[in-house]
Amino acid sequence: MKATVRVEGLEKRYGLTPALRGVSFELTPGEVCVLLGPNGSGKTTLLKVLATLVRPDRGVVEVGGLDLRRHGRLVRGIIGFSGHQTYLYEELTVAENLRFYGRMYRVADLDRRIREVAEVFGLNDRLNTRVRALSRGFQQRTALARALLHDPPVLLLDEPTTGLDVEGRCRLAALLGELRARGRTVLFSSHAFELERAWADRALVLSAGRLVFDGPASDLPANVLNLGGAHARV
Amino acid sequence: MLGFDRLVALVAKDLLIELRSRDVAYSTLVFALLVLVIFNFAFELRAENLQVLAPGVLWVTFIFAAVLALGRVFAAERDRGVLEGLLLCPIDRGAIYLAKLVSALVLMLVVEAVAIPAFIALFGLNLPLLPLGLVALLGSLGFASVGTLFSALAAHTRTREGLLPILLFPISVPVIIATVKATTVVVAGDPWELALPWLQLLVGFDALFVGISYLVFELVVED
Repeated sequence: MKATVRVEGLEKRYGLTPALRGVSFELTPGEVCVLLGPNGSGKTTLLKVLATLVRPDRGVVEVGGLDLRRHGRLVRGIIGFSGHQTYLYEELTVAENLRFYGRMYRVADLDRRIREVAEVFGLNDRLNTRVRALSRGFQQRTALARALLHDPPVLLLDEPTTGLDVEGRCRLAALLGELRARGRTVLFSSHAFELERAWADRALVLSAGRLVFDGPASDLPANVLNLGGAHARV
Repeated sequence: MLGFDRLVALVAKDLLIELRSRDVAYSTLVFALLVLVIFNFAFELRAENLQVLAPGVLWVTFIFAAVLALGRVFAAERDRGVLEGLLLCPIDRGAIYLAKLVSALVLMLVVEAVAIPAFIALFGLNLPLLPLGLVALLGSLGFASVGTLFSALAAHTRTREGLLPILLFPISVPVIIATVKATTVVVAGDPWELALPWLQLLVGFDALFVGISYLVFELVVED
C-alpha cells in the first residue's frame, strides 16, 4: 500500500541542540500510530515538521506523496494538526472559530460539517459559547474539532488527551476507530501510553531525537517510557 | 493562492475580535485625543505659525497612535499561540499579512476619522475634508504597510513594544515627510497641484512596501 506519510533521514537542530537525528518511517492509510518518548525526545518537533510548522534541516518528508518543502501549502490542505495550544480565538464562540477555520480550508457545506464535528466531540450545547468561557477540556475538544473540520486524510495530534475528561477520551477513542475504518492516517503523541495503548495499531518511540522502536503497539512493554529514563531503550 | 474569500474571512475575524474586546481602538483613540489636547496647550497657534505647526501636530499624533495600534496587530495571535493555527491553513502566508494590513488600516482610519474633527475644533481650523482624507488614507497605508510587517517581526521578541518604533520610524521617514508636506498644502489652502508630487511619493511608497512586505512575510513568521 502506498504510504501517506514518508519520512527518511529526517534531521532537525535548534542551534547546536539536535532535536531529530536520522528519523525514518512510513505510515499507510488506515494506520493509527502512537508516538512515544520522554520529554525532549523530539515528538513535538517531529509532528510540527510534518505539519509544515518547522522546517527540517535534512531528509525527505512527504505527506500524501507531496514533498513538504516544495508543496507546503498543498500539504497543509491534507493534514489536520492539533498541538499544545488550542489555536482558538478566545473572543469568538466555538461556532465562530470553526466557521473561520472552515472558510480558511474552504470546507463545503460548512454549517452541516460544523454540526457533525460538534456532535463527535459533544459540543452541540456549546457552539454559541465564547471560547474564553469554556473549561480547558471543552477548549481541547474544540481544538480537536478544528483539526478534524476539513476531514483531512492525515491527522497529527500532539498529546490530544490533555485536559480531556473520561467522556472526552472515550469520544476521541471512538473517533480514532472510525478514522481507521475510513482509511485515514493518524499519528498522535502520548504520555499516557498505558491508557491509550488500545487506540493504536503501531508505535514509534523516540529517544533523544532517534527512533528507537517501530512496531506493533501491542509489542511494547507497559513501562516503555521508564526504560532508561530520558534515553529510553526498547 | 491568494483567495479574496479567505482575505475577507481573515479581516472579518480581526474586526469582530476588536469589536468585542475593543482593546486597541479605545486606547488608541483616547491616546490620540490626549496628544492633540496636550499639543493644543503646548503650542500657541496663531495665524502666522498655524500652517507650519498644524500639519506636524496632526501627523505626530497619528504616528504615535499608529505605533500603539500596530504593536497590537498580532497580539491576539501572539498571546494565545494562534499564529501557528493560521500558519497551518492552506493559504498563501502573504494573505495573512494583507489581512492584518487591512485590519490595522481600518482601525487607524477609524481613529483618524474621530481625531481629525477634534483637531479642527481644537485648533480652530477650516479644512477641506476630502483632500485631507486622501492624504490620511495614503499616509496611513504607507505607515501600516511597514508597521504590520515589523509588528510580526517584533512579536517574536521580548522587547517588542520598544523594538517596533525603532524599526518603524527610520524607514517611514519618506511617508512622514510626504504626509506633512501634503497636509501643509491643504492647511494653507494652496492649489491642490502643489500636493501632487507628495501624493505620488506616497503612492509609490505604498505600492513598494505593500509588495515587499507581502513577499517577505513568510520568512518573518517562519520558525
